[in-house]
Amino acid sequence: MSRAVASVALVDRVQAGEPAAIARLISRAESGAAEVHEALARIYKLAGAAHVIGLTGVPGSGKSTLVGKLTEKLRAKGAKVGIVAIDPSSPYSGGAILGDRIRMSDMANDPGVYIRSMATRGATGGMARAALDAVDILDVAGFDTVILETVGVGQDEVEIVRASHTTIVVSAPGLGDEIQAIKAGILEIADIHVVSKCDRSDANRTLIDLKQMLTLGLRAAAKSAWQLPVVGTSTVSGQGIDELIVAIEQHRRFGLESEAGQQRRLAIAQFRLRKTADNLLLDRFGAAIARASAPLAAKLMRREADPYSLANELLNSSLLREPDHEQDPRSKIA
Amino acid sequence: MNSPIRVLLAKVGLDGHDRGVKVVARALRDAGMDVIYSGLHRTPDEVVTAAIQEDVDVLGVSLLSGVQMTVFPKILDQLKKQGADDMIVVAGGVMPDEDVAALKQMGVKEVMLQDTPPQAIIDTLKKLVAERGPR
Repeated sequence: MSRAVASVALVDRVQAGEPAAIARLISRAESGAAEVHEALARIYKLAGAAHVIGLTGVPGSGKSTLVGKLTEKLRAKGAKVGIVAIDPSSPYSGGAILGDRIRMSDMANDPGVYIRSMATRGATGGMARAALDAVDILDVAGFDTVILETVGVGQDEVEIVRASHTTIVVSAPGLGDEIQAIKAGILEIADIHVVSKCDRSDANRTLIDLKQMLTLGLRAAAKSAWQLPVVGTSTVSGQGIDELIVAIEQHRRFGLESEAGQQRRLAIAQFRLRKTADNLLLDRFGAAIARASAPLAAKLMRREADPYSLANELLNSSLLREPDHEQDPRSKIA
Repeated sequence: MNSPIRVLLAKVGLDGHDRGVKVVARALRDAGMDVIYSGLHRTPDEVVTAAIQEDVDVLGVSLLSGVQMTVFPKILDQLKKQGADDMIVVAGGVMPDEDVAALKQMGVKEVMLQDTPPQAIIDTLKKLVAERGPR
């Protein structure tokens, strides 16, 4: 494909499902260049048909392997599946090893499956900046189900719940007791709990801890009509995968038919707007703030100034005027 | 907003030796690149599908099994069929000098043999991507 093609010109080709066009538009979205905004605006309006499944959990809990098995089952039912798999960027070099694809190699040649790996590139919350754009692009390209796999998370990266219609939290056996299970944070955001690696003997303990945790949440249970399933899976034996597919389908229907689902979609839209505004703010002023703050750091280190006064000074200075529009060579090519 | 160079490193066929490709993956990561590793035992078609879906700048295939003259024609042919023949394809591993010349002849941009220092691989990829221009 010509490398000079304008992003807007890719939209029709994405709609036609052309793999190279899908790939290139996702790359452009990742670059964050202003040139791609118009194309992504069109994509957003065309999207909205796909069921977006968010999958999160600690590193090594088996997320990618589970995505692979789920995708096989969804394919067998005739769905086309798009996958966005996120891995971390190095905080030092900015580089990344993206290894999620390896776990999904069984359908490497199936045209009904599209896998895209993404690096976080400094984004927090378990996601990459362009992840939601990539989900929309796959949606428009005709993938009925889009699975968004976060980086391996800790306790607090919960953005995925504002980015997906159905959020699956994967817990691996042997990582904590019932106190871990009642802590705030990631375990709260699940629509479906999965305990992976149930071929291991200690998995039952984790299943029991999670189920007991759920019975403690009286208020949440009374307010919501959705009863949180806890599914034990093993990608070795195949245990629980069918059950998980049923739970996902039930939650998809619950989301479409319930008041709670309607509210969820509104919250997703609100998050999207805020996140996009945050990103544009960062684009406009992030570099300028970094430049201007470097010479002030020494003052701060010697405690001759305080961070609040300096930050206010920075923000009130000439820094926040409209920047000159960056020249993007592609914007000239129609 | 500079996008990192994206590289797919692939192992094709029965070759099970991936120590080398992992060293290269690590070196490229530390040079700030996004590196996707295919895992072992992929087919040429699978590698091309992954390279296109991931929209990589560089497809690097590591071979220590001696099947380069079978694998690379298939990969280059498939890339051409998919309209992605502008992708930079490089080879790494152990192969005879006459094969190196033949591979370059058929469109492999660079062949980096087993004694290539990691920094030389980084420099080569950066140079090839710069020559190709922005995406």
